Amino acid sequence: MAKVTQLIHKYLRHSKRFPHVFCPGCGHGIVLGSLVRSIHYMGLAKDDVVLVAGIGCSGRIPVYVDFNTIHTTHGRALTFATGIKLANPRLKVIVIMGDGDALSIGGNHLIHAARRNIGVTALVLNNHIYGMTGGQSSCTTPTGSFSTTSPFGQLEDEFDISRVTKVCGASFVARTTVMQAAAMDSMISEAVMHPGFGMVEILSPCHTQYGRKNNFKTCVDMYKWLQKSSTPMEKYRELPPEKQEKAIATGIFEKKDCTGLEEKYARMRKSLRGEN
Amino acid sequence: MAAGSRKSKTIEIFALGNEAVVEGALIAGCTFYAGYPITPSTEIAEEMASRLPHLRGGVFIQMEDEIAGLGAVIGASLAGRKAMTATSGPGFSLMQEHIGYACLTEVPLVLVNVMRAGPSTGMPTNPAQGDVQQARWGTHGDHPIIVLSASDVQECLRMTVTAFNYAEKYRTPVILLLDEVTAHTREKISLPDPEDINIYTRLTPSMPPEWYMPYEDNMRGVASMPPLGSGYRYHVTGLIHDDHGYPTSNPMEVEQIMYRLFRKIDQFFYDIQMVDEILCQDAEICVIAYGCVARSAELAVQQAREQGVRAGLLKLKTLFPFPRPAVEKMLRQCSSILVPEMNMGQMSREIKRVNNGQSKILTLNRVDGQIITPGQILIKILKG
Repeated sequence: MAKVTQLIHKYLRHSKRFPHVFCPGCGHGIVLGSLVRSIHYMGLAKDDVVLVAGIGCSGRIPVYVDFNTIHTTHGRALTFATGIKLANPRLKVIVIMGDGDALSIGGNHLIHAARRNIGVTALVLNNHIYGMTGGQSSCTTPTGSFSTTSPFGQLEDEFDISRVTKVCGASFVARTTVMQAAAMDSMISEAVMHPGFGMVEILSPCHTQYGRKNNFKTCVDMYKWLQKSSTPMEKYRELPPEKQEKAIATGIFEKKDCTGLEEKYARMRKSLRGEN
Repeated sequence: MAAGSRKSKTIEIFALGNEAVVEGALIAGCTFYAGYPITPSTEIAEEMASRLPHLRGGVFIQMEDEIAGLGAVIGASLAGRKAMTATSGPGFSLMQEHIGYACLTEVPLVLVNVMRAGPSTGMPTNPAQGDVQQARWGTHGDHPIIVLSASDVQECLRMTVTAFNYAEKYRTPVILLLDEVTAHTREKISLPDPEDINIYTRLTPSMPPEWYMPYEDNMRGVASMPPLGSGYRYHVTGLIHDDHGYPTSNPMEVEQIMYRLFRKIDQFFYDIQMVDEILCQDAEICVIAYGCVARSAELAVQQAREQGVRAGLLKLKTLFPFPRPAVEKMLRQCSSILVPEMNMGQMSREIKRVNNGQSKILTLNRVDGQIITPGQILIKILKG
């Protein structure tokens, strides 16, 4: 049996009624594939993995796989994850959010999860748009691009998810795209194994809602653009400023030693209770 | 052990209503608190912050806002903890969406709302009872919920224990409504011996994981609930779901879960309905009150009796599901009913709804941020 088939047999929920909700050409399936491979090769037990998701297309990812899966409210996935991790630090809590989910409605929770360095992993699937509700602009929609709520071009500046998370104190921050599946595998593994708050921003294009309105004739065009513009960190630094504007830096932006909040709390409790 | 063969150990302490809530929660087995500071509920958080880390596995966390507070509580409850939060007015409004999430996903938790005066920021240090209907209907969509109240410090403790028991028994969020006066009254209470108190903890499944259905439609209407990471891997979602937890829009399945959510509360109505009947047996005029107003009413009723008026007090401890049978009994028996409350008539409306012309309903409303005094109630009783 092919490797992929083995993974499908092991991790897909057989009781779940298909088809899935994703459009043709969506990047979210690639992310789910990568997540399953990472978990498999890290050797984590299914019972120890909790997938927590917000609302939107990305929120529908966990239901298909056989872990402890929670589909929460819009923007608040990180708050549920914080409760779960503190209640049972043994669990590996992986939070899947979209860009609007994580940075617009849930921006407050993202910056605070980064600040308090709670030991959960956030995967932010950035497609620059609100996909499920029909293509409205989000806080990561690039300036000047078109959406159903910016029909004459987006006037506002966009968020750089990785930069926001980094300055808020997250101890692991990385960015990759669905065109670099192997890099994504290793980044997700590294983030999950990291003791503090880890955030991986994954550019996952949405042709249905974003590409069509922004001069990408087919979703293949969009994937080609993504591949062309994504530039590893080292190369990106050497580019002249006008080229930097068009390029997307990828790689690990931040990785520092830290102790997760749940571990700090456990230590405090131990010393208060006089346990060794 | 035979009854009476053990001497129960009660300790007397001098405590605030808010501190009594913490005592009750710890007796009930609460080991997780997440919240955001807001007057007049803050003492609950402060007390929890210093007490919980001393307990085995105890966790206190101050979150970035009330939405996050209730979110973390739901997460912790899914992970198997007895968890609670406390808030007041504006914070309670922010929590509404997550209350609905907990109702639909059937996550046990306790939420204490210390009511303060006025809409918006209102008067943070003054009492009111303006959140009664919000507690019932605040979150969107049709849903059942349990709302309790307490009128003195001892009751704060007892009702917190009760709130945890109901939450665990029926897999539902339970809201405990206090008012600023009850929360900030300091008086002597006795801490019961935990062995004297009936503590209920949610059922966990014993069947093989592949047989387990997290939202099974069984006789009780309440399925067992495993903690995350115990081998029972299932899907939790705020979408309407089938008995395995998967999203569905099939009308038959949607109807089934909605009916079951209501049924699980309705069929145990008499377990949940808690009222105190004080001097009600021969009453001709009955005061129906809850919270700190019930305390004023109790004195007023006694004073009315001294003046020869046959008055009684029906104290509501369960506000929702609305204790209709107990109220209807008084409606049939009494010629007039007086409903004093610190709002513009949120509970008297419920009572009028079930009255059907049986009795005269008098109201006494106060919304100036002050308590209703026994004298005010007495005058109203004497006038009839």
